[in-house]
Amino acid sequence: MNEIVPVVDMNNISIEFPGVKALDGVSLRLFQGEVHALMGENGAGKSTLIKALTGVYAIDGGTITVMGVQHSFSTPAEAQAARISTVYQEVNLCPNLSVEENILLGREPRRRGGIHWREVRRKAKDVLEQLQLGHIDPGSILSSHSIAIQQLVAIARSVQVDAKVLILDEPTSSLDSDEVQQLFTVIRTLRDRGVAILFVSHFLEQVYDISDRMTVLRNGKLVGEFMTRDLPRMGLISKMIGKEMDALAELEEAESRREPDRSERVPFVQAENLGRKGSVQDVTVAIHAGEILGLAGLLGSGRTETARLLFGADRADQGQLRIGGTARTLRTPRSAIDQGVAFSSENRKEEGLISDLSVRDNLVLAMQASKGWLRRVPGHTQDQLAEKFIRALDIRPANKDALIQNLSGGNQQKVLLARWLITNPKLLILDEPTRGIDIGAKTQIQKLISSLASDGMSIIFISAELEEVLRLSDHIAILKDRRMVADIPNDGVTMEDVMTIIAGSNA
Amino acid sequence: MNALLKHRLTWPVLALVLLLVLNQLFRSDFLSVRVQDGHLYGSLIDILRNGAPTILIALGMTLVIASRGIDLSVGAVAAIAGAVSCTYIYNSPDPTSLRTAAIGVSIAVVAGLALGLWNGFLVAVIGIQPIIATLVLMTAGRGLAQLVTDGQIISVSNDPYQAIGAGFFLGLPISILIAVAAFAVAGLLTRRTALGTLIEAVGINPVASRLAGLNARTITWTVYVFSGLCAAIAGLMISSNVTAADANNAGLYIEMDAILAVVIGGTSLAGGRYSLVGTLVGALIIQTLTTTVYTLGIPPEVTLVFKALVVIIVCLLQSSKARTLLGKRKRPLTEQAEVKVAV
Repeated sequence: MNEIVPVVDMNNISIEFPGVKALDGVSLRLFQGEVHALMGENGAGKSTLIKALTGVYAIDGGTITVMGVQHSFSTPAEAQAARISTVYQEVNLCPNLSVEENILLGREPRRRGGIHWREVRRKAKDVLEQLQLGHIDPGSILSSHSIAIQQLVAIARSVQVDAKVLILDEPTSSLDSDEVQQLFTVIRTLRDRGVAILFVSHFLEQVYDISDRMTVLRNGKLVGEFMTRDLPRMGLISKMIGKEMDALAELEEAESRREPDRSERVPFVQAENLGRKGSVQDVTVAIHAGEILGLAGLLGSGRTETARLLFGADRADQGQLRIGGTARTLRTPRSAIDQGVAFSSENRKEEGLISDLSVRDNLVLAMQASKGWLRRVPGHTQDQLAEKFIRALDIRPANKDALIQNLSGGNQQKVLLARWLITNPKLLILDEPTRGIDIGAKTQIQKLISSLASDGMSIIFISAELEEVLRLSDHIAILKDRRMVADIPNDGVTMEDVMTIIAGSNA
Repeated sequence: MNALLKHRLTWPVLALVLLLVLNQLFRSDFLSVRVQDGHLYGSLIDILRNGAPTILIALGMTLVIASRGIDLSVGAVAAIAGAVSCTYIYNSPDPTSLRTAAIGVSIAVVAGLALGLWNGFLVAVIGIQPIIATLVLMTAGRGLAQLVTDGQIISVSNDPYQAIGAGFFLGLPISILIAVAAFAVAGLLTRRTALGTLIEAVGINPVASRLAGLNARTITWTVYVFSGLCAAIAGLMISSNVTAADANNAGLYIEMDAILAVVIGGTSLAGGRYSLVGTLVGALIIQTLTTTVYTLGIPPEVTLVFKALVVIIVCLLQSSKARTLLGKRKRPLTEQAEVKVAV
């Protein structure tokens, strides 16, 4: 490893927000030709540190040195001028433009006052080929590609500007494993070309797969910089959460849970060949009170679509659905909610949060919607409920009047969970409730799911992390290519079993 | 002090006070209110009385805008309301009685509700963008009003009807009493029930609201119906004040004044959080401006330019970005929505 001058040297950085010290004397060094992982729980200060480096936030203390020159970025443009490129989890490109236009946006080669389109095509093709992405048609519209390809295009754009530093903020959270490997191939190509790469991810395995060095943050403070090969996984986790394995032990506890009472004859929800054209087909499930049904399947296999059908967010046009023993047609979410079904979407920002409203308003929203606008939930009841759930779910900051957009992802997720818990549903559908949140919050949510089921609530649990599904579920429905292909009881099912079913079934 | 500077009503209120002071400087009797024939008289009372239609329409507009919509048809709806009531009164066998006036008013109110239903139908059920959906009625509405009045200006002389726009009660103009009552009712209705929060929720994130079980369609529909009602009552005030229905000019450009009033009052055109009090202040600023134009003796040709200038100044003062640029440079918070305080 070349211990020469780092490409980026952030030294003793501090950033304060009103009332909060978001970063307190944090340092970060990025070296040429290295993949550096930035690790920490939600709220540890990872995003803030990245935003300091990309010029979104101005720093209150410390220095940022890029290639020997000290900078104080105050706009993203200044950071880009210093050859720092960022690829965010949500792709920041123009979906309605072509791949080549996106790669060269703002830097199109000119000829006689107009854009030299042939040259645009040539340059875009060249960059894509350098990254072994020659199979992407530069003339195709960006939005016609999957998120994974769009992210690769964003990376191609950074190569085109000859970035010396590439920041990847949670690039893999919506990719399946093949796509992750494709991304990693590109990352390695860039690393070998001498680019310094900062990689942020919640997936430990991926971090160990790709990174050479890591910096760990906790509560806005620096824990330390480590070589990845010298730091075992357990050591990393304990550094991130700051206490010895308590959280991991709790994870184990989550397993020991009362067996669901299946003696009850009528399942709470029973779907038979439920389906919707262009969405998902053959959904056949039966969920009893107190049971956890896990939905397993690859990304795009129809997990979310199944949830939306059972919640009435999309209308089924095939099959039958019985809730509480009675046949029902769900036309709107409202009609599902009235039957005691609740659905927490995987898409927190677009489908969950009412960003400009307070934590309390967000918490009582579903309850208020059920009561109708005329019967307002009284102010003191709202306060009581908010305080109760903030305490029960350990929502931070413990301020019911804070705007929900100012909370970290994990805490927003807890608020959305609480929104449904307040309504006391009989069936709670959780789509990726633990995605993108740190291990501490994850454990809390998993424990909560177990205890809710023990109290008699039925739960449908959807997660891309198969391990998690296997640990929590009583039985597992497996989806493939937008069809439900199996529903098996979870008595010692292993990941391999599920994989075999997915690989073997010809849907 | 800092909190006061940041309060979203501070700048609009300040602008209103400045305008009033400016008027007082040019006309020393501007702020005086005297009693004449048992009524209050004075420029301030005129502002309130003439501003009542704008205030009412801005009230309806606030809720529409909070739901992420806009209603361009309010001026046309006001014209239709005036047209149907005046035409009815004009043609009735007993054009001076209270009963006739009451029926005329009822017809106008029903027309306003129906037109609001139509707008709401286009937006909430058909899913047409609000600006286009209400543009339909904005253009077609004047034609409808002309059809009703047969292209004529219909003059009526009905004392009870005239009272709506020009009458006084307990010394105060009836029109402003109606507007204030409407504000109070709307305030109670939206803040004492959950309607206000639900409208905001739909305005901020319609998808999430639907998934939380809100009946977004009904809520959207309701705000357009309410806006239609407000516009109809405003139309009654306008026609009553001049004792005539003018299909072409009644409520002309009033939608623009109302939208301005809402924006000056601090409600974002992007929908979401709204402030009824802010809208009230905004509408008063607009009306005071019109009066100021006369007080200062500004030639009518440049009236609109003067109005626009004041509006842009108020909007700049309200924008935290503009204030930052004008004042000392603070931490650049680029996209407000993107900023997350890590805790």
